[in-house]
Order: sequence, then C-alpha cells, then structure tokens
Amino acid sequence: MGVLLDERTPYEPVRILAEDGTVVNPELMPDLSDDQLRELMHRMVFTRVWDQRAIALNRQGRLGFYAPVAGQEASMLASHYALNKDDFLLPSYRDIPQLVFHGLPLYQAFLYSRGHIHGGQIPEDVSALMPQIIIAAQCTQLAGVALGIKLRGERRVAIAYFGDGATSQGDFYEGMNFAGVFKVPAIFFSQNNRYAISVPVSKQTAAKTLVQKSVAAGISGVQVDGMDPLAVYRVTKEAADRARAGEGPVMIESLTYRYGPHTMAGDDPTRYRTNEELGEWERQDPLIRFRAFLQGKGLWSEQEEEAAIEETKQTIADALKKADEYMSKQTVGDLIDAMYAELPPELKEQKALFAAGEGR
Amino acid sequence: MAQMTMIQAITDAMRLELARDPKVLVFGEDVGVNGGVFRATAGLQEQFGEQRVFDTPLAESGIGGLAVGLAVQGFRPVAEIQFFGFVFEAFDAVASQAARLRYRSGGRYHAPIVFRSPFGGGVKTPELHADSLEGLFAQTPGLKVVIPSNPYDAKGLLISAIRDDDPVIFLEHMKLYRSFRQEVPEGDYTVPLGKAAVVRPGKDVTVITYGAMVQTSLTAADKVAESRGAQVEVIDLRTVSPIDIETVVESVKKTNRAVVVQEAQRKAGVAAEVAAQINERAILHLEAPVIRVTSPDTVYPFAAIEDQWLPTVGRVVKAIEDVLDF
Repeated sequence: MGVLLDERTPYEPVRILAEDGTVVNPELMPDLSDDQLRELMHRMVFTRVWDQRAIALNRQGRLGFYAPVAGQEASMLASHYALNKDDFLLPSYRDIPQLVFHGLPLYQAFLYSRGHIHGGQIPEDVSALMPQIIIAAQCTQLAGVALGIKLRGERRVAIAYFGDGATSQGDFYEGMNFAGVFKVPAIFFSQNNRYAISVPVSKQTAAKTLVQKSVAAGISGVQVDGMDPLAVYRVTKEAADRARAGEGPVMIESLTYRYGPHTMAGDDPTRYRTNEELGEWERQDPLIRFRAFLQGKGLWSEQEEEAAIEETKQTIADALKKADEYMSKQTVGDLIDAMYAELPPELKEQKALFAAGEGR
Repeated sequence: MAQMTMIQAITDAMRLELARDPKVLVFGEDVGVNGGVFRATAGLQEQFGEQRVFDTPLAESGIGGLAVGLAVQGFRPVAEIQFFGFVFEAFDAVASQAARLRYRSGGRYHAPIVFRSPFGGGVKTPELHADSLEGLFAQTPGLKVVIPSNPYDAKGLLISAIRDDDPVIFLEHMKLYRSFRQEVPEGDYTVPLGKAAVVRPGKDVTVITYGAMVQTSLTAADKVAESRGAQVEVIDLRTVSPIDIETVVESVKKTNRAVVVQEAQRKAGVAAEVAAQINERAILHLEAPVIRVTSPDTVYPFAAIEDQWLPTVGRVVKAIEDVLDF
C-alpha cells in the first residue's frame, strides 16, 4: 500500500445568490441595510460604465495604461465595501475602482493612467498605496503594513489585491507566510479571473484551487463565488472581523472573470479563450444577478439605473476635465524633487540644468 | 571614549537609535535571540524586547517587503540581509520598491529604511558571501550606499543612515569587523552621508577608495613615500552613492594625478563613475590618465585563491608609480 497522500480539495465556493438573483444560502445573508444594498449596486454600475468609458477614452488616446475590470465588479467592490475607511489598501494595477471608492479622486486615477506624478499622490486621509505593477510585491508589503498596524495596537485591517497569476510568485507565498508567523491583520485577496494575460490558471498550478495555498502558510482561507456580491461581502467582512480581533491573516480566492482584454496595450483575448466560455461567464454577470435580487426586493428600478449611468458619465467628464488641467503641470524638476528628502549635489546640478533648458 | 572594533561600533549605533527613537525596528534572519551571525545585534533583543528586535522567516524578499510595509506605517526599519550576496532575492523590494516609494507617491510616502549587510573578501567565506555588489545599488536612483572603513565612521554613518528619511544600503566589510580597534566616542554623534574623508593628505597623487581598500591604499601610500618620497593623498569615499565629487575634484586639481582603488571587479563597483566625473570636471588639471585598480572580471574567486584575486598593496603601489611616471 502506498503511503503518499492524494490531493484533497475541501474548498467549495461560498455562494449566497444564484445566477437569477435568488437566495440560495439565506443563513449566510450579510447584515446590510436597504440603503447599503443600493449603494453597493450603484458602485457596481458606476464601475461598469467607467470601464466602458475608459476603454473608449484609451482608444481615443485620452487615457494611457488601463486594465479593464468589467466582470469583476462584485469581486472588487463588494470586498471593498466590507472594509472601513481607515483600513489599508494595497491594490494591483487593475484594482483602481477600490482605490477610488477608498477616496482617491477619479481625476487622479486618470492621471495615474496617463503617467503623471500627481496620479500617485494619494491624499493624506486615504489609507492606501499606489497601484502595484510588480506582480505580488504588494503581498510582502502587506505583511509589513499589517505588522505596523499590530505594533501600534490599532484595530485596522490591511488588504492586498492581486490576480491568479500572482499566486505563482515567490512574494505571494512569502507575504502569506510572514503574515502567518507574525499573526497580523492582513487579507490576501486573490481575484482569480482564470487568465494571466493569455495563460489559463491550469498552467499556473496543478492545485485544484488557489485558496488551498493558504495551507502552506498555515493561515485561514476561503473560496468565494466572485460574481456574487453578497457572498464576496460576507467572506471579506468575516475575514476583516477576525483579523481585527487579532486572529491573524486570511486568504480569499474570489472566482471571477474579466470580460475584456488583459490591458488596452494590444491584448486580444479571442486568441486564447472561446466565445462559449465568455458567454457562460456573461450569464453569471454580477450586475444581472444583483439587479434581479434588488428588484425582487423592490430596491432597484430601471430609472434608478439610468440615473446612475448618467451621473457616472458626468462624473467621468468632470474628472477628465480636471485631469486635463494638470497635464501641463509636470516638469523634470518635479521628478528630481520627488527623489529624496534632501537632494544630493548632483541632482541639484541636474535640476538647475533642466530648469535652464540645458539638460543633457 | 572606548576602544571598539567596527562590529561593536555598529551594535552601539543600533542600541543608541533603538533607545532614542521608538519607531526604529531591527529585524532579519537570526538577529534576535542569537544576536546575529556576526554578533552585530548582540543583546539588543534582550534590552528592547521582541517587538523591537526580531527574527524573520528565511526569505530576503519577504524581509525587504516587510521593511517597505513598515516604513509606509511610519516605522524606521533597520533590516539585515545576512550576506549581501543574497540581496538578489530582495532586489525588487530594495531597488524597485523602497528606492522608488517617495518618487512613485510624489512625496506622499517615503522609505526611511536601512538595509544592513556584510560583504567583502579576505576571510575565505563560501560562495556568494563576499561579493562586492555596491555598484548595482549605486546605479539605482533613490538609494544611498554607505561603506565604512573603520569603527569611528561605522558608528557615525550608521546613526546618520538610520536617521535619514530615504533608503540607505549600509555595507559592512567582514574583514574589517574585528581587524582593529579604534577610539570611538560614547553616546551619539553622526558622520554625514555623502561626505568623503581625506584620510592621508598628500600633494603628488590622489588615491580614491573605500571599504577594505582604504587600509590597502594607506599601506601602499606609505610604501611609495618610502621608496620615492612621493606624497599620496588618500580619500575614503565612505558613501559611494552619492559620491562626494567636490572633495575628489578638489584633491585632483591639487595633485593632478588620480588612482581609483576598489575591491569589486573592473566592470562593477563605482571606480568608473569616479573616473568619469574627474574626466568631466578636472581634465585640464590631469598630468596622467585616471587609472583603476580593481579585481578581475571573473565571478568572485574560490576561497583558496582569494588573496591573489583581490587587489593587493603591490598592485596599488604599481598603479601609483604608473601615474607618477606617465
């Protein structure tokens, strides 16, 4: 008889809403008021419209780097909705919506997209880092931010967002492992949208789930239906409550999907996934599901959605205008000034040369 | 005043800063109960507790990321990389994250982190313990790179590094840890970052160097003084990024000749940068080309041949004679 163990997969995604908006697990229903439920829907509609506009604006050359988010609204916004204003966010480059709802002004998000220094100047009252380009670097930083919170004795939580591909990085494992050893209030939130650019999750790992990787760090883990806003909210809230109570970090795997390309820099998803698959995930659209649920409770109407869409378009137009006003305001001198608290002589010299138009 | 080795001076600096500023945290592999593999943190956990001085899992990237996260939360991490040859594991955290935090955030965040790490040859370490990798970080905007050559400077520079609001790579040469004692003041004092020291005044040729090569260069200067009466000025850079160009150029304008000595390979280190700066700023004062004395461009040597590979007093003497006779 062999002594090797076969892989065991005890994880089943937590789900509250079925695709048609009916409640399948009423005992898990989170404690959200009618106003809160509508606000969450409002945020999801806002983000869907924003995504459509951002893609169009990118094609017109009015935005730069942009990573589409359509399909991930429940995963992104319901998880963020479970956090407090003073909780600390470590977003990846795709997690701009959470950053904006955490307090980053939209025009700054647009400036980040265009590549402007002001895009990264997170306001003082917003507890967040800038979007992280290096995949999973935010995971080791999360351990540090959360340790800082713990050492200060604060009842705050830190959360890092990253994708499925990130779970193959060493920093993902190191971050979870450090967080486990130090038992810090950290949430590792993996948005498994099935693809890292063109590479399917089956080519990232032979593990049947991503959440089981939390076992290697000895921390809690949960898998959630990432197209179900109530389930995402429920698991994130519980993770945050536990972390706040000093019970250590949690990894969440949110099963979601991006309808669009990886980024707007030329990725064509038809090369690596089928229309059938896309259609299957579109049937699970978190907006359809949540809309049906809210309409069933008499909390949402077509008029309300129309109003939300119009309002979003206006907000975006205003933010773009403000971003445009900043575009002339960025000099090489600003970049030099941002390098150190006190400039070394060579940078002072280079700054003077650029100011005089003599940079070389 | 007390007679201290460089390692004792380094411990003293950390002890003083831990006592002075509650935001200072010291962590790394084996730095806690064990007091560090070289005793650099001996007694610190006992004195300041596990919340201030603690061990980490064995993962350099994790240590780097932890430092960045703690800095974001307002702490002043002093993180140890056990040997600098292991820094590649933490390269992203140091060079792409800590070094860029202030810039990326337009000043909203900064990283007052010191990455302490031993390096340097002459003590027959195994692979990837002794490599001189300072050049990689001297080429990274956003960092400062400090390399003390004696106990007095080590303490004053480390205190300055911990108080600096930007990330500092603090490299400690293993051969210098206990090779000699020096009078070191008790209590705190600082040696400014970015300032070189003229450790031997002279008028005939300038030797610019740092780390263990300071001792090698001083011995070479004595020999040249003996053999032909030439007065060699020796400059210890102390900080290799940013380099104190003013002190270097001022000296070269006086002596009209320069030799740059480093332990790193010829294509590594900072010697080429020093030579280029002299070329741009003082070429009309030069009576001879600026010559470099370095290790050869191979991988760091196997221990048994280390002494032939590293720059010797004889090679530095030869270089000084070459520029004098050019």
